[in-house]
Amino acid sequence: MRLPVPASTAPALHAEWTKTRTIASTGWLLLAAIALTVAVGTAAAADTNCPAGLVCQVDPAKVSLTGIDLGQAVVAMVAVLAISNEYSTGMIRITLSAMPRRTVVLAAKAAVLSGLALAAGTIAVLASVLAGRLILSGHGFTPVHGYELLSLGHSPVLRAAAGSVLYLALIALLSLGVATAVRDSAVAIGIVLGLLYLFPIVANVVGNAHWHRHLEQIGPMTAGLAIQATTGLTSLPISPWAGLGVLGAWAAAALLAGGLVLRLRDA
Amino acid sequence: MTAGTVTPYRPGQQTGRDGFAQLLRAEWTKFRTVRGWVIGLLVAVLVMLGLGLFGAVGSSSSCQSTSGGPARSGQGCAASAPPVGPGGEAVSDSFYFVRQPLVGNGSITVRVTSLTGLIPSGNGAGTGTQPGLVPWAKAGIIIKASTQPGSAYAAMMVTADHGVRMQDDFTGDTAAQPGAVTAADPRWLRLTRSGDTITGYDSADGTQWTQVGSVALAGLPPTTQAGLFAASPAYQDISQGLGGGESGIIAPSQDTAVFDHVSQSGIWPAGRWTGDYIGADYGSGIGGYHQAGGRFAVTGSGDIAPVVPGQAGGEDLTATTFLVGTFAGLIALIVVAAMFITAEYRRGLIRTTLTASPRRGRVLAAKAIVIGSVAFVAGLVAAAAAVIFGTQLARGRVYVFPVSGLTELRMVAGTAALIAVVAVLALAVGTMLRRSAAAVTVVIVLIVLPYLLGVVSVLPAGAADWVLRITPAAAFAVQQAVPQYPQVTALYSPGGSGGGYFPLAPWAGFAVLCGWAAVAVAVALVLLRRRDA
Repeated sequence: MRLPVPASTAPALHAEWTKTRTIASTGWLLLAAIALTVAVGTAAAADTNCPAGLVCQVDPAKVSLTGIDLGQAVVAMVAVLAISNEYSTGMIRITLSAMPRRTVVLAAKAAVLSGLALAAGTIAVLASVLAGRLILSGHGFTPVHGYELLSLGHSPVLRAAAGSVLYLALIALLSLGVATAVRDSAVAIGIVLGLLYLFPIVANVVGNAHWHRHLEQIGPMTAGLAIQATTGLTSLPISPWAGLGVLGAWAAAALLAGGLVLRLRDA
Repeated sequence: MTAGTVTPYRPGQQTGRDGFAQLLRAEWTKFRTVRGWVIGLLVAVLVMLGLGLFGAVGSSSSCQSTSGGPARSGQGCAASAPPVGPGGEAVSDSFYFVRQPLVGNGSITVRVTSLTGLIPSGNGAGTGTQPGLVPWAKAGIIIKASTQPGSAYAAMMVTADHGVRMQDDFTGDTAAQPGAVTAADPRWLRLTRSGDTITGYDSADGTQWTQVGSVALAGLPPTTQAGLFAASPAYQDISQGLGGGESGIIAPSQDTAVFDHVSQSGIWPAGRWTGDYIGADYGSGIGGYHQAGGRFAVTGSGDIAPVVPGQAGGEDLTATTFLVGTFAGLIALIVVAAMFITAEYRRGLIRTTLTASPRRGRVLAAKAIVIGSVAFVAGLVAAAAAVIFGTQLARGRVYVFPVSGLTELRMVAGTAALIAVVAVLALAVGTMLRRSAAAVTVVIVLIVLPYLLGVVSVLPAGAADWVLRITPAAAFAVQQAVPQYPQVTALYSPGGSGGGYFPLAPWAGFAVLCGWAAVAVAVALVLLRRRDA
């Protein structure tokens, strides 16, 4: 009899894990996220050269991790589907009958999704860094040109890699929060990808340096990806960890909004 | 359906129910009665307009604040705006002009024996000069409507790296004899005016003449200014770093050409030469001439050519900026267009739809027409409003490159067409995948992400070029405001301060998107026919 502890989050976690695990699409999408991240990172590295005798303004870690730009879209999709599928199938009513404490449900979903994003992100990032190391060292990014080999033993690279993994987890949380608030998967993924991709695009055309900088400081993607920079740190719009903090604030705000809507509205 | 011999029951009052018009009407009714979709459409229009106006306002420091400060090159308010050429484009029209009035028809012939010059030495302006020429340093003979910058002209010239050229009205450029000019290998140039037509000839020896080109300059006044000129565009050494940053120098250069065997025919009432610097922009204005017997040495700087965005390194923008909201509008419309079919699958309505109209290809066609038209109208309204109001907002704050009405029409209509085709693409992908989240993600990743990677982000130039050629994002070329001119040296890149240039021509880029949409619709059609609903 486990009745005395219905409020514990352990059963909620277990339930959410079972639900997420047994949907075939979750596994495939996470595999796709890893494959796309590594593929784009590898392609970007393969196309980057540092010819002898030139000073290259290239950040090898950032180039190797370009794939995150694409991988995050798939991670966002996994997170959105985790909640909006329940709404579209009506499963949410069963979930909430079984676990009436709605905040716990959301927290359990958040925990499971961030765990999955961290796991997939770790594999994707490690593979991307390895690919970048192998490819870029053959493209002139050698100690002769002032470039260390990409190595996780180098603390900025470690920060870029670990930060990128955290970035994906925060993207998952942001997406979960948005999807909980709007329920519909298409609208949710549209909002999430709009939030991510529109800030850099709009910032690019805004000529006023002041506004440009501010846009890059508040955009979840532009600020969050500052964590990938290992060179030219002084010219960043926002410092790496503060940037990840901005994304964290977006994710927290989205989860808060999602949690409020979940509590206040009928399912 | 094996109803070959059976005549379907069709009561008289309902004839035409399965006609295509009825199908269109049914799909239109479905669209307009879903409140969320109509709201999505309105949101698309509003964000497109709002972001465009934000781009217009956010791209400027106001003119008033710079008027008291030090003058910067290329700063964009009315007082320092570049002149406008006969074709309506912004031009640079500054050169040293050794001239005489020419009344009516006539011609001028010269021999050019050398072209030399000075370019900045070391790593930038202020560190002295060294002998050398910029690729488009030019000198020769010119017949110009007046000394007013931007007025019509035709010229024959020698250039540093591009041989003999005939150029007219800033955009016209015809190649003639290749190779550099030297004392041992001089060039003979001739311009002849006959009515509104000016014809250019070149020759290697002064006896064997070749016609290079003939241009009609509409409204050329009876008296023109004709003579010798020299111009040398700014020296540029700019490279674009990864991530859109640019570095390098832009500094004035100058060139000197030596002419002899100057001969004129026609009525040249002044009888003597006058030297003037025409126009003055970008801090240039170096020039002068020296006449000894029949030999002229003319020194000049500046350029007679179109000005392109970002060339001067100053603050300027094109109408493309006002269309930045297209991306937001696209995302909203992709969501609506994908749901237009995926919602039918989710609710099971698709079975009713296909029962009522069993010919599935026609259902998809009707849906595509409805969502495409709706998206086109929304895009047209938003793009037109963004360009009109954006231009008004930006004027007086920042220099807006003038574009012809036709170009503006292409940008606005092209944007609307782009949105319409992307909506059809989203519908097709939605039909294939049946899941709205997957369809929306795929289409956004296909069109918005390549733009982000190619234009804004960290991809190296070669990869960015390819991304903007083969992905649906190539279609954003319809928003390019100012073309690339081969005779103007500039950093033509899709992003950055001098951005807005695409590797493909506007409608070619649009065709790439249409190709993607056509393939998607074809696959969707096959799947829709083969699979159970």
